Amino acid sequence: MNLYVCLSRVPDTATRIRVHADGLRIDPEGVQFTINPFDEFAVEEAVKLKEKQGGKVTVITVGPAEAQKDLRACLARGVDDAVLLAPKGPVDGLGVAKLLAARLKDAKPDAIFCGKQSVDDDQGAVGPMLAALLGMPVVTRVVKFEARGATFAAAREIEGGLENVEGAFPAVITADKGLNKPRAAGLKDIMGAKNKPLVQESVDAPAPKLRTLKLEPPAERAPGRIVGEGKAATAKLVDALRNESKVL
Amino acid sequence: MKPGILVFVEARDGRVKNASWEALGEALRLKSAAGGDVSAALVGSGVQSLAGLAAARGADRVFAVDQGYLGAYDCAAWGRALQRAAEASGAGLILLGGTTVGRDVGPWLAAQLDAPYAADCTSTVVEKGGVVARRPVYAGKAVATVGADADVCVLTLRPKAFEAAPEQPGRTAPVTLVVPGDPEHVRAVAVSLATGAGGALDVAEADVVVSGGRGVGGPEGFKPLEELAAVLGGAVGASRAVVDLGWRDHAAQVGQTGKTVAPTLYIAAGISGAIQHLAGMRTSKVIVAINRDPEAPIFKTATYGIVGDLFEVVPELSRALKEAGVHR
Repeated sequence: MNLYVCLSRVPDTATRIRVHADGLRIDPEGVQFTINPFDEFAVEEAVKLKEKQGGKVTVITVGPAEAQKDLRACLARGVDDAVLLAPKGPVDGLGVAKLLAARLKDAKPDAIFCGKQSVDDDQGAVGPMLAALLGMPVVTRVVKFEARGATFAAAREIEGGLENVEGAFPAVITADKGLNKPRAAGLKDIMGAKNKPLVQESVDAPAPKLRTLKLEPPAERAPGRIVGEGKAATAKLVDALRNESKVL
Repeated sequence: MKPGILVFVEARDGRVKNASWEALGEALRLKSAAGGDVSAALVGSGVQSLAGLAAARGADRVFAVDQGYLGAYDCAAWGRALQRAAEASGAGLILLGGTTVGRDVGPWLAAQLDAPYAADCTSTVVEKGGVVARRPVYAGKAVATVGADADVCVLTLRPKAFEAAPEQPGRTAPVTLVVPGDPEHVRAVAVSLATGAGGALDVAEADVVVSGGRGVGGPEGFKPLEELAAVLGGAVGASRAVVDLGWRDHAAQVGQTGKTVAPTLYIAAGISGAIQHLAGMRTSKVIVAINRDPEAPIFKTATYGIVGDLFEVVPELSRALKEAGVHR
């Protein structure tokens, strides 16, 4: 099978986000960037599928040259080759989807795995957009996936439960947490990854359709208080919830 | 942006999602600024019968794509159907509730229409021929204001962030049946709801969430939390640590790689308050923290804190609430 995984590079979830002085983006100072957590599940699932049904896994990202590090990490975990598309200007989600679609159109992928959303912009848009642009079906938020030759069965998280889905390749699958346990790379894998192909190409950025006008910290919460210690404090808590906050 | 607003009125099993009525409510609020009228789009099998509900909630026109093959959900098939309804309405602004379906179909449609797309908006304004929206990013660690002024713009709205359009009994609207063609787009179809997780109250939809962290000590430590949630009519949530340890299903995870929740009451028991967890619940109306460690960061975000052993405090809280006759 010809398998692709789309990757994005995001601030680590343990990172405190500060707004840059320009008020339009985050201040990258001191921010640790890493592979989008949901993409880790996408990588693992693609590699598992290759191991089961044969083929090749290519990881692709639209991002800065620094993302080479993330791509190498995937090459150490069973991915065969990597493509880094470095846009010459800012791109929005639709722009990312267009760049990926342009590159994948002629590659005839059997499946494209993405994370369900990137934990920076939280749009969750690239998977469905890519499917629309490539004329492929899409199943999002997948937590169980089983390939059966040319078809697959999946379960996806919806409000209050799981939904079973059946479909046929080619398809776009977006991975949610719980889909699998991403493997750790051994030293030998990390060394081996250095010899796997990784190409970097500079690409024209499609004009963003969505502009960021302002980025700001969230509203501060009103300061709270400790109502007391131990179970004796529950009466005071119930009183505060009922008569002060009026939520009971 | 062209005048007119189209709202996707999403229904499953004959029931319209409340998030759709919220989107319709926001459309009615934006109507005078956007110009034109407010249309509703229905997509599915047998959905034509819901047109009256959309009219009663304020839609000026209803476009129904009512086909047997749309009875099961497929993103591309529903997206194509909604695209045809959008074209028939001629609307410039397309609003969807930010449900799992809306968050699929919205970006699919935007890509088809080469339109700007903003997800999970918490406020919207139409001005100078474009749309401006606020939306949380980095799981709520920051808030972005975004703008777009293309002919057609697509937004999904965060559930529970907008007022639902009220019912106006007796109000009617003309209904247009739209035929989408190309049913071959159905290729990845929802076949059933899985049992197990199904039916449980979702943490993202619950009005009260009682969450446990590492401090609960193990899977069985959630029992008092479940009892408290039952007293309050709420759902049980979990921290990332607990989910990673396999004590609780990922569907219950609150935080950056789980769900963002904003219930009226959020009770965090045995949760220290990692940044990624706080991001996922900090917009809750009232936050209660119960933790043995008085230095736990969760107390800085909490409205009310109790320093103590959750296995003493939580059962006592359940008892006190029952005694006080609390029913939610």
